Amino acid sequence: MAKVLVVDDSNSIRDMVSFTLKAAGYETVEAANGQEGLTKAQSANIDLVITDVNMPIMDGITLCQELRKLPAFKFTPILMLTTESSVDMKQRGKAAGATGWLVKPFNPEKLLATIKRVIR
Amino acid sequence: MSLDLSQFIPTFLEESFEGLELMESSLLNLEHGDDETINSIFRAAHSIKGGAGTFGFGHVTDFTHLVETLLDEMRDGRREINNEEVEVLLASVDCIRLMIEAIQNDDDYDPSSIEETSERLSFLLANGEDTDGSGNNVAADEPMLLGKIWQITFIPEHHLVQTGNDPLLLFNALEDLGELIVLAKTEQLPSITEIDVEELYIHWQLTLMSDNASEADIREVFEWVEDECELDINLLSDDTPAPPSSVDEQPVNKAPNTITDDSETIEELPSHLNEADVALEQAASKALAEQEIAAENNAPAQSSSSQPTQATKPAAKTPAPKTQAKGKGDTGSIRVGVDKVDSLINLVGELVITQSMLSELGNDFDLSKVEKLTAGLEQLLQNTKELQESVMRIRMLPISFAFNRFPRLIHDLAKKTGKDIELIINGENTELDKTVMEQIGDPLVHLVRNAVDHGIEPAEKRLAAGKSAQGTIWLDAYHQGGSIVIEIKDDGGGINREAVFNKALEKGLIDVNASLTDQQVFDLIFEPGFSTAQAVSDISGRGVGMDVVKKNIQALGGRIQVDSVPGEGSTFKVYLPLTLAILDGQLVKVGDEVFVVPLITIVESLQAKADLINRVSGDMVLYRLREDNVPVIPIFELFNLPAEHQTVDNALMVVVEADGQKVGLMVDDLLAQQQVVIKSLKDNYQDVAGISGATILGDGSVAMILDIPGIISMAQKIAAEKQAERIANYSKALEGAVN
Repeated sequence: MAKVLVVDDSNSIRDMVSFTLKAAGYETVEAANGQEGLTKAQSANIDLVITDVNMPIMDGITLCQELRKLPAFKFTPILMLTTESSVDMKQRGKAAGATGWLVKPFNPEKLLATIKRVIR
Repeated sequence: MSLDLSQFIPTFLEESFEGLELMESSLLNLEHGDDETINSIFRAAHSIKGGAGTFGFGHVTDFTHLVETLLDEMRDGRREINNEEVEVLLASVDCIRLMIEAIQNDDDYDPSSIEETSERLSFLLANGEDTDGSGNNVAADEPMLLGKIWQITFIPEHHLVQTGNDPLLLFNALEDLGELIVLAKTEQLPSITEIDVEELYIHWQLTLMSDNASEADIREVFEWVEDECELDINLLSDDTPAPPSSVDEQPVNKAPNTITDDSETIEELPSHLNEADVALEQAASKALAEQEIAAENNAPAQSSSSQPTQATKPAAKTPAPKTQAKGKGDTGSIRVGVDKVDSLINLVGELVITQSMLSELGNDFDLSKVEKLTAGLEQLLQNTKELQESVMRIRMLPISFAFNRFPRLIHDLAKKTGKDIELIINGENTELDKTVMEQIGDPLVHLVRNAVDHGIEPAEKRLAAGKSAQGTIWLDAYHQGGSIVIEIKDDGGGINREAVFNKALEKGLIDVNASLTDQQVFDLIFEPGFSTAQAVSDISGRGVGMDVVKKNIQALGGRIQVDSVPGEGSTFKVYLPLTLAILDGQLVKVGDEVFVVPLITIVESLQAKADLINRVSGDMVLYRLREDNVPVIPIFELFNLPAEHQTVDNALMVVVEADGQKVGLMVDDLLAQQQVVIKSLKDNYQDVAGISGATILGDGSVAMILDIPGIISMAQKIAAEKQAERIANYSKALEGAVN
């Protein structure tokens, strides 16, 4: 089953995303900021990255840029999980190589449905 | 699928409270802060909003959204940060806290209490440079047309797959909107030698037949890729009847049927592709293998401001918001640093090693191994001690948890009183037991309020006294012996000895002729019903006096002490035990019983000298201890025990102090000093006067822990009764003599 890296500085959001994904049969790897995410991404076969944008140490945009530099992450879907819906933020995400964005708040069904757009 | 996320609510609540505290302290620091300060405030609000939305707490989401929008404008420099904004944001923090607390307690809150702040926020936003208009939720407002055929041309840029997007999965999403016919076009496909395996060369012509899909719905599917493709969406016809296969009138909500036509079209794909485009081919077969597509793919909405109502509904279906309130209060969780857990695990490991060593030793034991046994037992002792300390540390939290609220409190109080006050906090990393921490909060608030209200003088008065106009309050925490000391110090006018004395006189607390030391006068402020404030003020005159503060601190096994210098200020020192579960005790023997005297109460232990004993009136024996006359309480008498020493002469006495009163406890023997684990008598038996709990000693016997304040009041009562009895006897005798 697909393995998803969940990056968010909020424990509760991370727990929930992870819980939802696990319930749907995905495997998850969790990280609390971009830096940790980057490290963990390289030590596991990740099929999808879901990352928050606003995080301490390394934000989601930077994480995305760093991941895209890695050969293994050239095609990997990266979704930004954020409440920010401004055009500017989406463009910055896309420019960094993000596949798309998930707008918080989410509900489990919707999260899973949206994920199906980038992962089987 | 319905997933119950309610198990995460406690984490969310805990996090929210932390976030609110962070917001509050950062807001108060904003003028000294940098960009990161406002960023961290924003992040905290943002997390609360996100979590609240997920759990269906729409009211929190809506409110926090306003806060977040304002913060966003401040963060982007679109709005200047001035006092008004900070005040509104601080008030907003209170409102959010109120709402979160209501969720935690499964309680209602008064919506009108947040209304004002909500209005102020909206007003600020409406008058801001750039308001976050909520008019962009086109999709919802567009009238729905029936039976439409859409012609979609989708020409992705060559690098589309490199951002992780997969055209086939987009088509699957479109299929949720209606019936889809997919035609792949390969004109742009270069010759095989020029193909870059990482590029995408195909484009598509799509035909979508849908009852109710709007252009916005379709655009939403392509939302993530619209900058990376040429997308042309045309409505071919809107009067064509719905396709015959669509029996259900709302195909969006039903599971999509497998559509053979376009499946075939898709199946042709790989052959157009050339083997080269491996990545895409894999994706194609993957997608085909799985035709089960998410049941309700509403796709993310574009505007978070249009979100809450839409998103909270499905979440509300789960029992989440209601079920979380079970067993509120005492089942609270505690956050423990990983280092503490690691040290525990490490120690348990060592314990296991010691245990296996000892059991090995026991297998064929002979006297030659006694030395090894002793060493093993010593090691066990060490392990146990370290383990105990380690376990205790788990309950310890830095006192910043209790101190955090004070910057805000001072800010508010300073504003209310018109005084300029600086708060200096030290020692916020000093650790304190969680329970003690929870219960010390209110007394500390009272003391700080008191310092602002009665301690710090108005600016004019300060200037007249040659002090700076700005008053200072220090909050400090540190270890001293086995206790934690919390110091609340101000540089105000100090306690007015005369005013206190006169007031006490007026209240009948003291005698006109009483000659009291400064300390004794200051201690009068802890007497019930004492208040020197001219008028009951909004701040500290709430009917809760210093006596209650003192009582609360004593209930925690602590004590409070005040020191004051006229014109220079006052210092309140609160002494608290490190923990409530373990007590440093002095074991004493009375008859065959062993009692524990809390070490914190002990002043000294001595052997009574006959010439210092003063039998005042036959009932109460007083012992001359330097300048004090200390009443002697024979423990054996109090608990009706047979004792070796029945008289005071040469008896061993433990002098203890509580409520500012010293007494000497008469005991038979002094045993060891040791830490004892407190077991509640009430839980195991019932409350007993003079006993605060019990403990189990090393030999398995039970020892009672003496309740010193309780014993003192018991002794006073007995003395009073005896005196009354004596007076009664005396007057009877007098009557007899007269008659």
